[in-house]
Amino acid sequence: MTKLFELAKVLRSKNCGPFEITLDVLFDHSEDYHQVKNSKKISRETIALLYKIPVEKVIRIVFFDPALGFKITYIRDVSSGTIGDRDVYGAQQHAPLMKLDI
Amino acid sequence: MKDEIKILAPCGMLGYGFPKQSFLRGIEEKPKAIVVDAGSTDGGPHKLGAGVSIVSRRAAKKDLELMIVYGLKLKIPIIIGSAGGSGARVHVEWTKGIVDEILKEYNLSAKIAIIWADVSHDLVLKAIENKKVVPLGQGVKPLTPELLKDTTNIVAQMGHEPIVEALKERAEIIICGRAYDPAPFAAVGIYHGFDFGLAYHLGKILECGALCAEPGTTKDSILGILKENSFVVKTLNQHRKCRESSVAAHTFYEKGHPYLLQGPGMVLDLGLCQFTEITDGVVEVEKSRFIKKNPYYLKLEGARKVAYRTFFIAGIRDPLLISGIDEIEALVEQQVRAYFPEISPDDYHINFYNYGKNGVMGNCEDEIFKGYEIGVLLDVIANTQELANSICASVRSTFLHYGYEGRKATAGNLAFPFAPSDVEFGPVYEFSVYHLMEVDNGRQVFNIEYLEGINDKTI
Repeated sequence: MTKLFELAKVLRSKNCGPFEITLDVLFDHSEDYHQVKNSKKISRETIALLYKIPVEKVIRIVFFDPALGFKITYIRDVSSGTIGDRDVYGAQQHAPLMKLDI
Repeated sequence: MKDEIKILAPCGMLGYGFPKQSFLRGIEEKPKAIVVDAGSTDGGPHKLGAGVSIVSRRAAKKDLELMIVYGLKLKIPIIIGSAGGSGARVHVEWTKGIVDEILKEYNLSAKIAIIWADVSHDLVLKAIENKKVVPLGQGVKPLTPELLKDTTNIVAQMGHEPIVEALKERAEIIICGRAYDPAPFAAVGIYHGFDFGLAYHLGKILECGALCAEPGTTKDSILGILKENSFVVKTLNQHRKCRESSVAAHTFYEKGHPYLLQGPGMVLDLGLCQFTEITDGVVEVEKSRFIKKNPYYLKLEGARKVAYRTFFIAGIRDPLLISGIDEIEALVEQQVRAYFPEISPDDYHINFYNYGKNGVMGNCEDEIFKGYEIGVLLDVIANTQELANSICASVRSTFLHYGYEGRKATAGNLAFPFAPSDVEFGPVYEFSVYHLMEVDNGRQVFNIEYLEGINDKTI
């Protein structure tokens, strides 16, 4: 089994507006990208499990072949910078995705 | 229409800084505009709610100084997007103050356009009544008159329309209130007659400075060259290169969809784009598509004060305490609450952030904790500052001396790095407005004011 971060060139998280976080995974090589895409491991259910959130909160997963990457967007529990938030920029929420087995 | 025009982006955020050499190399390219983005919602709702900036005045002035001095000297318009961080009146005035100071110090004068992005509560209220306001995304609550009443500043993100108008009026410095980040860049291309899709896509890339290069950074300059059927991006620093993959990947950045970007009155479709490295480190992009949307929606942003905060930071190194940390913290909270039975339990919240254990991920963390040290951030949220201060002080003394089961270190539980330990943070805000409002066109909400010279007292 290979971990997702070993295949990816970029694996990051960031706010997409104050109410959503978006995870970007980008690859250097077409084979790696397609290996991940074809593995069918990237699903709303997997993300919900990794992030311990209801599956309805994972609102979008889009693969984009020309950029060799995919994007996952989910709704934050707490909006950016208010009471109870732990990551105002949403920039350190990618770790659970890194260790996903492909 | 010219065959091509160049746009210089000194950095990804006004006040983040850039190497002077890169900027000067950009100036040598004879750009048609110097454009810089100064705002974002990324830093949270506080800037908009409290009317403060995220960069220091010193840094903003340092960056603007070079832009204004060279821009005016060479007759290149300077455009500042989302002035002051959030683009509300107070932020625009702050920026205008800096611009005035620079003009005065260098004995310069300029025609200044100010494009206000503030939206009155009355206008939004009316739009709510007419059902012309919708939440932007499933995570956002519907906007009610009550939420609106508590909201301090409301701004709308402008598109290119008012900025193009200010360029037509030959403004030399354009200070925009809140703008859709790519719009000030796109306005330059559109003003010069270029394709809207290419102009906006180039704007989306340039607004982050050299972040689309390798190695990427917001703290360096970048040059965009807009042509009839394509645009070209190139760095101005020999240590950075634009690559097909880095420019294509940048399209992903901070957006909810990899190739459909929603903006004021439009969608930018980048699904068919082609990226080609035409010479080493220089990338050409084609087939960006602008799709006009009807009705025209503007994005509104607003923040309201929700509470007050006081916090302290302390280290814990005792292995016995660490092994029972969550339970002990719960007991500390219990004891504090028992000490204040006269205060309604809902008037305050005590949040323990255990850095080293699950400080970043909270309950979502599933790594097994193996550390030997924890940094505790104790966060107290309350209805008033006085209450936040009092509860924080009480948690501090209770935690410091708490006699947990099996304790051997009977002199104290917390290592405070500072004295005093408690920090009065002030108000906490939340984004109360993050909605779309239907308007007739992209021009009507935004008032443009033209000022001549440096001694104008209009604001």
